[in-house]
Amino acid sequence: MTLLQPGFLSSLPVQNALLIGAGAALLSGAAGVFTVLRGQSFAGHTLADVSSAGGALAYLLGISPLAGFFGLAVLGALGVEAAGERRAAGRDLAAGIVLGAGMGITALLLYLDVTLKGHGGAAVAVMFGALFAAPPGLGRAVALGALAGLAGLGLIYRPLLLATLDGELARADGVNTKLLGGAYLLLLALAVTLCAMAVGAILSTALLIGPAAAALRLARGPVAAMALAGLLGLGCAWGGIWLAYQSYGWTPGHVWPVSFFITALVLAVYAAAALARRG
Amino acid sequence: MFAPYLRDAWIVATLIALAAGCAGYFVVLRGAGFAAHALPMAAFPGAALAGLLGIAQVYGLAAFALAGVAGLTWLKRAQRPDAAAALVLVALLGLGALFLSLSGGYANAVYALLFGQILGVGPADLPPALAIGLGVPALLLACFRPLSYSAIAPDIAAARGLSGAGLDVLFLGLLAVTAAIALPLAGALLVFTLMVGPAAAARQLTPAPLPALGLSMALALLIVWAALALAWLTSLPSGFFVGAGSALVYAAARLWRRVKG
Repeated sequence: MTLLQPGFLSSLPVQNALLIGAGAALLSGAAGVFTVLRGQSFAGHTLADVSSAGGALAYLLGISPLAGFFGLAVLGALGVEAAGERRAAGRDLAAGIVLGAGMGITALLLYLDVTLKGHGGAAVAVMFGALFAAPPGLGRAVALGALAGLAGLGLIYRPLLLATLDGELARADGVNTKLLGGAYLLLLALAVTLCAMAVGAILSTALLIGPAAAALRLARGPVAAMALAGLLGLGCAWGGIWLAYQSYGWTPGHVWPVSFFITALVLAVYAAAALARRG
Repeated sequence: MFAPYLRDAWIVATLIALAAGCAGYFVVLRGAGFAAHALPMAAFPGAALAGLLGIAQVYGLAAFALAGVAGLTWLKRAQRPDAAAALVLVALLGLGALFLSLSGGYANAVYALLFGQILGVGPADLPPALAIGLGVPALLLACFRPLSYSAIAPDIAAARGLSGAGLDVLFLGLLAVTAAIALPLAGALLVFTLMVGPAAAARQLTPAPLPALGLSMALALLIVWAALALAWLTSLPSGFFVGAGSALVYAAARLWRRVKG
């Protein structure tokens, strides 16, 4: 077996997939470090679930899935921000029930995608991702989105780090933590959107928090952790794409899902990091 | 709507509602929301694997859901961070995607397992549905006192010699088989809503434990029957009606309580 099958790098869908994977991995690695540090894994998961309705809606309206996912993820971020105000008992239950209603709407939209628009693969593409079937221009759009997100994160990096590690100190220092938290949630919405482009809405949590959680166990210092998380995510994304490309011959007439390989690699990386830290 | 070929669907849906409404009451009481969210996800690859192996879906679902109970118990004891639990869950969903992709009919199967598809119910589903739909509420009612005590006052329960860990495993096991039987109807993403929505609404309406439990089961029945009827009438997916119905019932209960109080 040759390492690179002929045509791997020159195939346009593969180039597109590699670009999407890279954009998603680099931004979510950097943003994911803050997600894990701030204990907002659940918020990231919520945004991903909510954004799936946007992905389904995009097929129905015929707009770019990137726009659909991001639009709903931003709406979800606003909802999370509003809900964070009131820490009433039973808030988690209410959030879960609202999310359930949202998933019901996703179910309805996906059903309409199939019956009205004939997009038979919409459910798979939205929930589990379809990297090799991504539209040709999506790779460039994801790369631009990742660059914009990284630039935004660089802009708020210092106050965000201070607010994450010590909210009191940041407020005493004159940082508007509420505005900062909102800006960060918008970046999280962008990162979740790019992850959903790569591995689908319900698997995007893997790419968002897996490499970041592994990097935080290995690296010293937040910048090193962000860089390492980006690299680990990139390795998982590209490794998954490569493995899926190889898998064509494993079972007759089938490519194994890219998202399966990426999530499995992320879990393996996290487990290895946890073991390395303990040993 | 009540044609013979739909009879099994009605029976199975009724049994699911009984089990889910009853288990959901204890989910809300014991604050086990994460388990109710995680176990259906853990069960998801089981359905796909059963399809691949050609065995009945419910056995694959139950096997993976029970393995999920073992995983949850271990994670709790080892006090692992929630990142680990989230990553294992997502990897299981990815595994399910792989099994489904290998067994063919990928798109339809993904949709049915995530969001539910009641019309696929057949006579073979009746025996396990009967066992779980009647057995789970019976067992939960038999353990009503210890389950409530250990949730409300764990210290007193421990002083009286009730083992919290053993009860917890028993409860999670019952939750797992309920999730396994409910998954084909409500879908992996919506089982949580079916369990928690009616129970949370019932707790808003009455503070007394046993009436709340009964009300939770009644509301679950109402939601499931309405979802089945509306899905048949409109040919829209049943999962949509389960999700919307649970949210509506919960919102109405909160409104009722606010108007009254």
